[in-house]
Amino acid sequence: MSKLRRHSVIPGFGLTLGYSVSYLSVIVLIPLSAVVVRGVAQPWPQFKEAVFDPRTLAAWRLTFGAAFVASLINVVFGLIVAWSLVRYKFPGRRLLDALIDVPFALPTAVSGIALTAIYAENGWIGRLLEPLGIKAAFSPLGIVIALAFIGLPFIVRTVQPTIEDLDPAVEEAATLLGASQFTAFRRVILPAVQPALVAGFVTAFARCLGEYGSVIFISGNMPMKTEIASLLIVTKLEQFDYAGASAIALLMLVSSFLLLFAVNFGQWWSTRAQRREA
Amino acid sequence: MTRRVLIGISVAFVGILILLPLIAVFIEAFRKGIPFYLAAISDPLAISALHLTLVTAGISLAANLIFGLAASWLIAKFSFPGRSLLLSLIDLPFAVSPVISGLIFILLFGAQGWFGRALTDRGIQIVFATPGVILATVFVTFPFIARELIPLMQEQGTEEEEAAMLLGASGWKTFRRVTLPNIRWALVYGVVLANARAMGEFGAVSVVSGHIRGRTNTLPLHIEILYNEYNFSAAFAVATLLALLALVTLAAKAFLEWRIRVEEA
Repeated sequence: MSKLRRHSVIPGFGLTLGYSVSYLSVIVLIPLSAVVVRGVAQPWPQFKEAVFDPRTLAAWRLTFGAAFVASLINVVFGLIVAWSLVRYKFPGRRLLDALIDVPFALPTAVSGIALTAIYAENGWIGRLLEPLGIKAAFSPLGIVIALAFIGLPFIVRTVQPTIEDLDPAVEEAATLLGASQFTAFRRVILPAVQPALVAGFVTAFARCLGEYGSVIFISGNMPMKTEIASLLIVTKLEQFDYAGASAIALLMLVSSFLLLFAVNFGQWWSTRAQRREA
Repeated sequence: MTRRVLIGISVAFVGILILLPLIAVFIEAFRKGIPFYLAAISDPLAISALHLTLVTAGISLAANLIFGLAASWLIAKFSFPGRSLLLSLIDLPFAVSPVISGLIFILLFGAQGWFGRALTDRGIQIVFATPGVILATVFVTFPFIARELIPLMQEQGTEEEEAAMLLGASGWKTFRRVTLPNIRWALVYGVVLANARAMGEFGAVSVVSGHIRGRTNTLPLHIEILYNEYNFSAAFAVATLLALLALVTLAAKAFLEWRIRVEEA
């Protein structure tokens, strides 16, 4: 054991290593490996059937599509919100800042039923949309709204520190040199916040792919139309189709791991590039 | 001009998307009056759901707190091969969706699971029972506390502990008298965040609970059942308890962030 570590007077290496690794294995690694084994240990046609039958395909398209649209909306508005929070002093700024964390703290089932109440036909906003022929709850739009709610903090909290680091003098210099506000935004601000925006987008997107509680109430869960991938896993489990559920879960796990790996790699790469410039 | 427009857009977007649902919870809860509200939250099924929620959160937090302390001590005080791998593995549960966090325990302990047969033969039930609910909650809250402690302890280094050891303190005493006071606020911070997730978890718990009323229902599952029975006002009444928990969590979070800043300055 002592060969493994740097010589140290501090005790507890063996104890904490043993405990941490065993606990991690029992709670996380062994259970997660069950999905991988169950998912892989089935004949390919069966796996293909579970993952690519028309109903599941429709769920994939909806899940990825809604997560993409919701995260795109959040990139635009999240940037505006983060910018306002960092650069402007206004009454209620701290309240606005605190509200951003509500989706982190509010249980998803609660946000789910609250959003449904608001966007249903007789709800506060649903009532206004109905005469326009827009159906928000029990439609893909409702799913986008729920995912936008869930994803907003990821983007705002990723972009905020980058804007804090941005020196206002640089944009001022650009405007003094004759650039319009739009040009200053496009040529000075956007390039600086772009890596954070991309990281925030991917993190929010990955989170939205697996979201369940806030979506299932507002979506209406109609097969082929408003059924998300997470719900299909639950449906398969209820039919005791463990292999099918594992196949879908495996594909979802791989997607979100790849996305989050890409974010971490991107961040590592950009800090390395910055260090090299310095 | 730009300033006004941008502030206006921010306030409107956050107001509609986030504040409105929060307000809706309270308004819908009191739609049928205060007596109905009080009856809904004091219903025996609501009370048993609250009880299970508290027990589950308590056990999960204790388990993950011990792990968080062990893992952060290991990672911050020693350097060994595989340290960064261990660090990334701790974050794994954050990348796993709620439903899958429940599914994995069904695959292990369900009737057709790896250990399913062995358990049924001995009359032990894990999924569709309280242990399953607790396991799923431990899994989803796994990284919270460790994640707050590790960077802080890494930053603090080992000098203070080394000094204490050289002055003759035992390892346990060093931990209790030197390390613990240094990390206490970050520790409380991690516990607060983990607690919010533990009490509010829905997807993972929903999959493993089996929805047995009065036995394996936590507060979020109780809300779902009431809602699906079209008992909306009662569902929102119970939801106010969790919404209040969220508000208390945010207030505690703001206080602790302020405390940690003061401590660092």
